[in-house]
Amino acid sequence: MINEKKEKSKWRHFVDWVNGEEVIEKPERISFQKINKKILKKLFQKYIWSERKKAAFYLIMCTFVCVVFIGILLHTVSALPYFGSSTNPASNEVVQRYIESGVKETGATNIVTGMILEYRAFDTFGEANVLFLAAICVVMLLKKDKYNTTEKQKAEQEEEKAFDTEDENIILKRVANVLTPLLFLFGIYVVLNGHISPGGGFSGGAIMGAGLILYACVNGQQKAQRFFTYKTFLYMNVISLLTYCLLKGYSFFTGANHLPDIIPKGVPGELLSGGLILPLNICVGIIVMCTIYGFYALFTKGDI
Amino acid sequence: MSNLMTNHYEAAAVILFGIGFMNLLLARNLIKKFIGLNIMDTAVYLFLAAKGYITSRAAPIITEGTIARVEDYINPVPSGLVLTGIVVSVSVTAFSLALVQRLYKHYGSLDLDEIMEKAKKEGKV
Repeated sequence: MINEKKEKSKWRHFVDWVNGEEVIEKPERISFQKINKKILKKLFQKYIWSERKKAAFYLIMCTFVCVVFIGILLHTVSALPYFGSSTNPASNEVVQRYIESGVKETGATNIVTGMILEYRAFDTFGEANVLFLAAICVVMLLKKDKYNTTEKQKAEQEEEKAFDTEDENIILKRVANVLTPLLFLFGIYVVLNGHISPGGGFSGGAIMGAGLILYACVNGQQKAQRFFTYKTFLYMNVISLLTYCLLKGYSFFTGANHLPDIIPKGVPGELLSGGLILPLNICVGIIVMCTIYGFYALFTKGDI
Repeated sequence: MSNLMTNHYEAAAVILFGIGFMNLLLARNLIKKFIGLNIMDTAVYLFLAAKGYITSRAAPIITEGTIARVEDYINPVPSGLVLTGIVVSVSVTAFSLALVQRLYKHYGSLDLDEIMEKAKKEGKV
């Protein structure tokens, strides 16, 4: 058999292979080639395409890509409508409707607040959810409890606590204790006046969160925990989110543009006006305050 | 090109965006990477605010006793979009920084290359 195979011509081999009578065995030469390739690849990586050169290539390509990217975007910007022109296609009939009948339809003299909490309230609900989800994710990742702290970390925490309570910075503490209520007052003012002046739930909530952070920063987390614990954080966040969901979900299910007057609109420009906007602003403010303080507390001490 | 001089706010925003993008690509330190991401966010806010502005018009807060005409006020829609952007960027930054803190606790380093090397040694990549 073997002799016969040897005598066959190449054409005969091919015909047998097509007929399925013969399998072409892989000659050993190929494995030699494989080894050669491996060595070549190693040499290539060592001398021509080393890690240093890779890094340099990455740097050059990144710079190149970014410069080209900036160039393309600048070209686009030069083709955009002029800055500050009133014929900008973005200011179309939607804007006209918002400005001209916004006060009548929403009851808020601040058109932006009226827009984000009345016409586009669902979008703002999504924003509040994003904040809440981020806070919950940070809690999942960073909260320290008895399952994920070692003895050494516990000792460090005790040391920090002692440092917080024993350290006497009288000037800092006095000034901070005067400033914190003022910050809270200002934050509440900004939240409550969101529909008649610049501001709203997000900015006011950030100011109140800053007040909480200042208090916890100066007096130590333990003192802040007397009135703001993890439970408070969770309950306030969830209750505000649910209130927002119920109020706005109800008005959306019953037809967003034909609001049943749950709360009367009142005279535009007064504090108690704007229908649902004021309670929604308060909800958003509480969510933002809790979230911002929660971020601070979790990132520094790993506990609210 | 003369248009670029008129649109200088947008041009600055675009350049800032590029700087942030380059920082995101090139910085080895993870926290610096997220600073780059935040610069990109800020560029987007600047761009949106510049697109909403109209010369010699007031902010869209209607005072008492005036008739609300569209010719008197700037575009309120980009302001709302900037608000959305700020909230999302705060959330994303907080989440990513929390992940970075966990990575630091596990690997003891903020350098991305070092973290990758250590992860390879552990056989996790």
